[in-house]
Amino acid sequence: MAPEPPLLTMSGITKSFPGVRALDGVDLDVQAGEVHCLLGQNGAGKSTLIKVLAGAHQPDEGTIGWRGDHVTLRSPIAAMRLGIATIYQELDLVEGLSVAENVHLGHEPTAAGFVVRGKAARSSTAALLKRLGHPEIDPARLVGELSAAQQQIVSMARALSHDVRLIVMDEPSAALDPDEVDNLFRIVGDLTADGVAVVYISHRLEEIRRIGDRVTVLKDGRAVAGGLPAKSTPTREVVALMTGRNVEYVFPDRPRSRPPGEPVLRVQGLARGGEFAPLDLDLRPGEIVGLAGLVGSGRSEILETIYGARKPTAGRVSVNGRTLRPGSVRAAVRAGLGLAPEERKAQALLMLESVTRNVSVSSMSRFAHGGWIDRRAERGAARAATRELSLRPDNPSVPIRTLSGGNQQKAVLARWLLRGCRVLLLDEPTRGVDVGARAELYAVIRRLADEGLAVLLVSSEVPEVLGLADRVLVLREGRVVHTAPAQELDEHRVLDLVMEGSPVAGEGSPVASEGSPAS
Amino acid sequence: MTQPVSPPRDDTPEVSPFKEHAPWRTLAARADVRTLSLLGVLAALIVIGGITKPDEFLDTRNLQLVLTQASVIGVVTVGMTFVITSGGIDLSVGAIVALSSVWATTVATQEYGFAGVLFTAVLVGVGCGLVNGLLIAYGGMVPFIATLAMLSSARGLALQITDGKTQIVTIDGILKLGERDAYVLGIPPLVLVFAVVTVIGWLILNRTTFGRRTVAVGGNAEAARLAGIDVRRQRLYLYLLSGLCCGIAAFLLIILSGSGQNTNGNLYELDAIAAAIIGGTLLSGGRGTITGSVLGVLIFTTITNIFALNNLQSDVQQIAKGAIIVAAVLVQRRTASTT
Repeated sequence: MAPEPPLLTMSGITKSFPGVRALDGVDLDVQAGEVHCLLGQNGAGKSTLIKVLAGAHQPDEGTIGWRGDHVTLRSPIAAMRLGIATIYQELDLVEGLSVAENVHLGHEPTAAGFVVRGKAARSSTAALLKRLGHPEIDPARLVGELSAAQQQIVSMARALSHDVRLIVMDEPSAALDPDEVDNLFRIVGDLTADGVAVVYISHRLEEIRRIGDRVTVLKDGRAVAGGLPAKSTPTREVVALMTGRNVEYVFPDRPRSRPPGEPVLRVQGLARGGEFAPLDLDLRPGEIVGLAGLVGSGRSEILETIYGARKPTAGRVSVNGRTLRPGSVRAAVRAGLGLAPEERKAQALLMLESVTRNVSVSSMSRFAHGGWIDRRAERGAARAATRELSLRPDNPSVPIRTLSGGNQQKAVLARWLLRGCRVLLLDEPTRGVDVGARAELYAVIRRLADEGLAVLLVSSEVPEVLGLADRVLVLREGRVVHTAPAQELDEHRVLDLVMEGSPVAGEGSPVASEGSPAS
Repeated sequence: MTQPVSPPRDDTPEVSPFKEHAPWRTLAARADVRTLSLLGVLAALIVIGGITKPDEFLDTRNLQLVLTQASVIGVVTVGMTFVITSGGIDLSVGAIVALSSVWATTVATQEYGFAGVLFTAVLVGVGCGLVNGLLIAYGGMVPFIATLAMLSSARGLALQITDGKTQIVTIDGILKLGERDAYVLGIPPLVLVFAVVTVIGWLILNRTTFGRRTVAVGGNAEAARLAGIDVRRQRLYLYLLSGLCCGIAAFLLIILSGSGQNTNGNLYELDAIAAAIIGGTLLSGGRGTITGSVLGVLIFTTITNIFALNNLQSDVQQIAKGAIIVAAVLVQRRTASTT
């Protein structure tokens, strides 16, 4: 590496919270102009580390060097003054303010010290947006009216409105479509060419291959590897470092023969105007059907309409031959449907409650006699259901918010298992779940199917759909454009289909399943 | 179900190490700390009362009076606690108490005797709650606005019924219960009702599916809906429950004052919300405590009593109340942020 002193050196960073040592002597050095990737499972300490870097947390021990000097980051403002900007996973924009007002929030261009010069703010914002490749975003528009991807661009513009030397991006691609990800990578390339350093956090190994220079791997609050070359370190080694095990995207074996029997779920001509065209779908017990498509292709809308959370404009859904009342979640649940929604925290979990109560919430009446809850029976049933899925920790009395993403997802699955549901609708089941836990979750889903559940799976990660599902429906703009057994499809073919037959440019091959670096 | 499952019976599974219990244990301990600190405040107040006015304050009759006064607002607060736990608010409780109390004490109603008065008070309360609930759960109105509208209308209707006059109760059975030395089962009747409502409220919130649903709706309404809970019906029931509590409180007030007045229940909404909040119920919903609410009510009533005994004006009382609300919430924020 270059002999010049690193832009940032963090050494021996330790940070404890009551009961948890989140960081335990972490070292991290970042050179100007590099993309330094931070990898680690949920709970490995990534978020805490970047909060220390952003000045939001104060380390208990350890030192931070900035361009050769010792610094103390007492507050986010102090970090910002040095030129450290952080783009958090949950965007921190004010929806009721305009793009320009958000970009300049806290450092508005003013006249006479307090009168905001709106025009100046708008024109400088327009320049920043142009630099970011999104000149179409109007600086005068309200942020709340923008799409998630556009909001992320605004967040980035805000970071760049300061004289920034280092940008921390926490899973920036999580909410983006492939072409938007390409644009993100182009921006990252431009920034590093200007000598700005980027600390990049992602769960997606293939992204790290594409844009990363070096990788630091965190595990249990320690840096188990620092400064590995991003492009040439074998995936197997990275995964092994993260998990302490040798797990990749391992998909469970499919059963030999296709399960016979009558469809348990039957969707006929189901449609919602403006969201998706009439859809027919049969789902048999033991079968996993995948819906592949881009963000906005109607995948989640289809699941939620089948589940009754949205009212269809046409068509019907029947379970075991009985037609469900349209637009009624309760009817769907009673008939044996269960949904693991896309936004786990916002749509599925009661964050203040214990695992037990999160698991039992859909089957409370089973433990109740005249409304009176038998808490012992409830606890026992919740424990049995969570054990069946090997949920960790093996103690359903703990608050759900202390669990990792993968285990929170297992709690949601346990909820439906306990309810005795027959059709499981999974919307992005591995979002926010780290690589090691994914394989386990895949095995759980397959096992549930083998035990007779019918599963409808939505995922934006094509390898996931192909690896897990028996049959795949490819969606484009709310319409099924192709149906085939998963074995007959590969990632390129699916991406071709979802992107209207155009050749897939710039999309890396499924690195993780090959174990060799992509070019 | 491939794995053997140990019998469901305990909080201390043999498999998992103690470490895994820690977060939950601390949470439980913290809840206790909150209750204990409220009890501490109450004890301190009693000491202050005992020091400043040893003879008058610690007199049994006075303590009985404090409890009796706490009963009316206490019953309202139990209902309010449910509503706040579900993420809602009921600004109309004071007005509903007023309307119930005057409707139940009109000359026409009093002809039906004790039962007629009781029945009317409860029915009017539940009716107002029904309107609130329908507007909020099925009309999609924000609770703040819907109950604000009810506050205004119910007060107006109460004034219309009474024309601003106090309606004296002439029914012996009611007047007897309001006498100073009236006891039921050795307890002043109002205090008995308060105690029963509290116990039932605690059981409903902590031990029934209704309570669970209330907490779930307040904690995450969308998650509750997708988990198969009928969120709208639950909301309707909650405002009905609050209305029911107001009806009961109105009857207690009729007993206490031997009359019905359109000015009854003035600012009860603020007292009830304040008591629930200092008790530890989250204004944002998802967590509620009946025990805390009752302690909050007792704290406020005791302060009022001590101030009255020391001849301090109500302006000073109100300032002190405000300070206590601020202090309690600041303390809670501090304990919460160390989580």
